[in-house]
Amino acid sequence: MPAFVAGGLAPVAELALRGALGGLGADPVAFVLHRLGLAALIFLVAGLACTPLRAWLGWTWPLRVRRALGLLAFGYAAAHVAVYAGVDQGLDARAIVKDVTERPFVTLGAAAFALLVPLAWTSTDGAVRRMGGRRWATLHRWVYPAAVLAALHFLLRVKRDVTEPAVYGGVLALLLLLRGARRPSRRASGAGDGPPTG
Amino acid sequence: MRRLPPEPPDDEVTPEAVWLRRRDFLRAAGAFAATTFAVGGTATLLGNRGLPHGVASAAPGGPPPPDGAGALRGRPEPPPQGPSADHPAVRAALRTDEPQTPWDDATGYNNYYEFGFGKDDPARRSGGFRVRPWTVVIDGECAKPRTVDLDTLLEWAPAEERVYRMRCVEAWSMVLPWLGMPLSAVLRRAEPTSRARWVAFTSVQRPEEMPGQRTDALDWPYVEGLRLDEAMHPLTLLAHGLYGRPLPTQNGAPLRLVVPWKYGFKGIKAIVRITFTAERPPTTWNRAAPHEYGFFANVNPAVDHPRWSQATERRIGDLLRRPTLPFNGYADAVAGLYTGMDLRKDF
Repeated sequence: MPAFVAGGLAPVAELALRGALGGLGADPVAFVLHRLGLAALIFLVAGLACTPLRAWLGWTWPLRVRRALGLLAFGYAAAHVAVYAGVDQGLDARAIVKDVTERPFVTLGAAAFALLVPLAWTSTDGAVRRMGGRRWATLHRWVYPAAVLAALHFLLRVKRDVTEPAVYGGVLALLLLLRGARRPSRRASGAGDGPPTG
Repeated sequence: MRRLPPEPPDDEVTPEAVWLRRRDFLRAAGAFAATTFAVGGTATLLGNRGLPHGVASAAPGGPPPPDGAGALRGRPEPPPQGPSADHPAVRAALRTDEPQTPWDDATGYNNYYEFGFGKDDPARRSGGFRVRPWTVVIDGECAKPRTVDLDTLLEWAPAEERVYRMRCVEAWSMVLPWLGMPLSAVLRRAEPTSRARWVAFTSVQRPEEMPGQRTDALDWPYVEGLRLDEAMHPLTLLAHGLYGRPLPTQNGAPLRLVVPWKYGFKGIKAIVRITFTAERPPTTWNRAAPHEYGFFANVNPAVDHPRWSQATERRIGDLLRRPTLPFNGYADAVAGLYTGMDLRKDF
C-alpha cells in the first residue's frame, strides 16, 4: 500500500518538484495541464486493467486497489479540468463554452470528465449499498466510454506525432478486448464488475 | 520567472558585437551597390509610394504576364514593392518594446521537428548539427541564379536587429530580438524575372544529423513559400542571429526565415535553397494537413485552427492568455498585401 500511495502521488510530486526547481519549461501551464491529463488517463487505464489481470493471471491484489485507481484518475482529471478552466482559459466562460461546443477534442474530454463525476460520487461503500450491486455495476460501466473518450481526446489533440496517444489507446483497446473475450465465463462465475472490495 | 534575458558572458558578447561591426564596415561597398538598386526600384514605382501597399501586380489572382514578357526569361523586372522600408507603419513595426522572451526560453522551447517532437528536443539534439561550410542555392525565375557561400551572402546587407513578436500556430508566443537582413536584399541580387510570382524555400536534408528526418512525421526536407510581394516586404527577415549572437542551431542556424505577421511554421529554418517560381510552391504543413494549415498562415484571431482557438495566445512567461492581434499586430504594415482576399478561405 505505501508503494501504491507513492505511485499514485508521483505525478503530483514530480510537478511540485519541477515547479520548485523551475523545471516546468517555458510554458508551465501547458506542461502541467498535459501532465495532469496524462496521469488521469494512465490511472483510468490502470483501473481498467484490474479485472483482466485477475481473470487472466489470477491476481487479486489489483482489485483491492481498483477503487483507489479510479479515484486517482478522477482526481487528476479534476485537476486537469481545473487548470484548463481556471488558468489556461482564465475562467473565461464564453471561451470555455466555445471550446467545449466547437472543438471535438475538447468536447470529448469534457464528456469523459462528465462521465467520471457520478462514478466518483458513488465510489463509497455506502453508495454501493444504497444503489444495490446491480445498479451500481451498471452505472460504473460508464468507465469504459469515459476511457475511450479520454484516449480519443488525447489522440485528437496532438499535432503530428500520434505515437504516445496510440500507445495508450492500444493498451486500452487490448484491455477492452480481453474483457470482451472473458465476459461470458466471468458472468458465469459471478465475478467481475461487482463492487470494489478495497 | 526571470523576465529579462540573462546577459551572455562579456567575453563572449563583446567580440561578437565587434565582429558584426567589422563586417558591416567591410561590406559597405557591396551594400552601396545593393542600396542603389533598391532605391532605383523604389523610384520606378513612385506611383505606389503614397499607398502603403501597392502590390496589386503580384496578387495571386492578378493578371498573368503577357506572353512576350514570359518569354523574356532572364530579364530582370523591378520586384513588387510593398510599403517602403521607411514607411511609418513599417518603421514602427521593426522593434517592439514589449519584454523580450528570456534567452533560455527562446533557445529551449522550439518547434523543429527535424530534431524531434518535444519542445526541448531541438536544444538537446542539435548540438552535432554543422552550420559551416554552408551554401545557399538561389535559382528559378531570375536573371542571376547562383550558388553562394553563406558568409558571402551575409555580406550582402548589414545585419539589422529586429524585435518581433513570434506567434506559434499552437497559440503561444514570444518576443525575440533577431539579427538578420531583409530578405528583399537577397532576392534583388538574383534579379527575379517577370515570371517570378512566388518564392520557395527549402531546408537542409541531413538525416544523419537530424534524427527527426529519420522518421516520416513530415515530408522531408521541410519546404515553405511566400508570395513574391510578401517575400519583398521590408518586415520579412532572413535571420542569422538572435540576441546579438549567431543563431543557435535549435533556432534554425545558420539561416532562417522570419515573417512576423505569419504563424511560426512559415519561418523555415536551415535554408539551403531559395527558388523563384511562377506557380505557388508546396509547403510542408499545408501538405501534411491542408485543412489545418494554410499556405498564407497569416496570424488571424478570427480564423480558428480546426482543433483549437486562435483568438488568444499565451506569451511565454505569462500565466494568462492575451488576445491575439490580426496579423500578429503588424496589420498596419502588411494588411494591404491581402486587399481583396478572403482570409477565411486563404487562411
